[in-house]
Amino acid sequence: MRESGRSRVLWIIATALILIWTVFPILWIVMLSFKQPGEIGNAPKFLPRDWTWENYRTVFSTDLFTSALINSIGISLIATFVGVVFATLVAYAIARLDFPGKKIILSFALAIAMFPVVSLVGPLFNLWRDIGLYDTWPGLIIPYISFALPLAIWTLSAFFREIPWEMEQAAQVDGATTWQAFRKVIVPLAAPGVFTAAILTFFFCWNDFVFGISLTSTGNARPVPAALAFFTGESQFEQPTTAICAAAVVVTIPVVVIVLLFQRRIVAGLTSGAVKG
Amino acid sequence: MSVGLETAPAPRARTGRAKVTDRTKAERRLGLLLSAPAVIVMLLVTGYPLFNAVYLSLFSYRLTAPDDRRFVGLGNYATALSDGLFWQNVFTTFLITLITVAVELVIGFALAMVMHRAIFARRTLRTSILLPYGIVTVISAFAWRYAFDLQSGFVNPWFGLGDFAWFSDRWAALFVIILSEIWKTTPFIALLLLAGLAQVPRDLTEAATVDGATAWQRLWRVILPNMKAAIMVAVLFRTLDAWRLFDNVFVMTRGQEDTATLSFLTYQQTITRTAIGLGNAVGVLLFLSVVIIAAIFIKGFRVDLSQVRGDR
Repeated sequence: MRESGRSRVLWIIATALILIWTVFPILWIVMLSFKQPGEIGNAPKFLPRDWTWENYRTVFSTDLFTSALINSIGISLIATFVGVVFATLVAYAIARLDFPGKKIILSFALAIAMFPVVSLVGPLFNLWRDIGLYDTWPGLIIPYISFALPLAIWTLSAFFREIPWEMEQAAQVDGATTWQAFRKVIVPLAAPGVFTAAILTFFFCWNDFVFGISLTSTGNARPVPAALAFFTGESQFEQPTTAICAAAVVVTIPVVVIVLLFQRRIVAGLTSGAVKG
Repeated sequence: MSVGLETAPAPRARTGRAKVTDRTKAERRLGLLLSAPAVIVMLLVTGYPLFNAVYLSLFSYRLTAPDDRRFVGLGNYATALSDGLFWQNVFTTFLITLITVAVELVIGFALAMVMHRAIFARRTLRTSILLPYGIVTVISAFAWRYAFDLQSGFVNPWFGLGDFAWFSDRWAALFVIILSEIWKTTPFIALLLLAGLAQVPRDLTEAATVDGATAWQRLWRVILPNMKAAIMVAVLFRTLDAWRLFDNVFVMTRGQEDTATLSFLTYQQTITRTAIGLGNAVGVLLFLSVVIIAAIFIKGFRVDLSQVRGDR
């Protein structure tokens, strides 16, 4: 890496361009969320003419949004917890135990990751209506778990391969059973990997839209992205644009916080699981 | 690291046969037991509905008129495959996939290079790149839609475009859809490529430099060939992801102006129009197209997925 003045300037420009490219649309949504609703359609600029909290007050006094926010948080957290527990068990078994069907499980998970989700929405819609899962929390939690599992399984298997397993054997020599060795020795060692898998799973659930609009119909279970899409055109606001943006900012805050706090874990999780050479 | 070697029971086999089989049996049982919950959930959500979709696609069946349900064999497939709208949606999906993956590969590689060699602001760069990755796709779609929108947007005044209505024109609307998709998903491809870059042996690039290769030659002769596996995996995953594009179309145009993708058509037929038979036929065709694309990549381009699966 030559530290000449010219290459330094190029680096600064490249970094600045990347920052603008990634942050600009988020900044734009934030700006919109602070505009008066009346400013829309009235020669708006990038920055708000008059800054206001009105949109945030509007969305937090709208049942449609508050119930959607509770649904999103509850459903995503439960799905993340159950999904990560399941993925941890599988990844441990694949990394450590000798049993038939390992390859089949991994190939199956890979196939699920490639699956076109929309192909299943019609049949799931019918099935969920028949068995009473339509428009309920479990009705979304179950599909979220199954489609978040592949990424969690790979991330964890990759992580588990790096764990010093001699410690487990040492525990077994000292008289611990396989299960005890797993629980007492491996779980603490595996915690960082499990945490990374949890972040990626949470992002997946938080981001879902297809299941959200297809398998729910009311505030019972409809998550925020789905609720936002149906915010438009409702007549209770004269212009829903700024209110939608306020709601969008609210659901983006957890994402930004997680990224700021755990960027290294996320990068490690996404790169280690994918290409290991 | 090969897990298989460590767990192989061979050395123990000599000490006592009965014990070993017991142990092996217990290990097998535990392995299957630990895998069972995940496999059952994945099967429940994909296996049965997929068979159900195939079954339902053989009937002429609307939810609004359940009594008129009758078996039509492959009739729905014939209807879909002979419909101009279906092929138009296939073309739209193909175009979106081709453009997004090509553009993302170039931008993603540039991002990966900058991250790989960044001298300063390394942390800031990584954090900022993860923001689009984490943001909800629907919100990305709203951000870009409102930026180009006549009522709320800044794009037209900034670029002197007057009252050009982006979402009343097929190609303009597709442009915004593609832009939003690229913004949201380039970080993913960039991170996969970053992992690939880290695997290019340093000695090779240094040797090339010593031999007088230019930066351009190093890129094409040394770096890219050495990270071919990472590139192919990234392209496969992004291709299949772009092929399923739905959220951006839904938020921006609801499929108006001929911007519907295959996923959107399936959703529209099964959920909105409740044409269960025809909708599921389109859904099955979508599924088959994914299988074909994956097969082309894995067999045709020899993408090595054993590394992805982690079962080396």
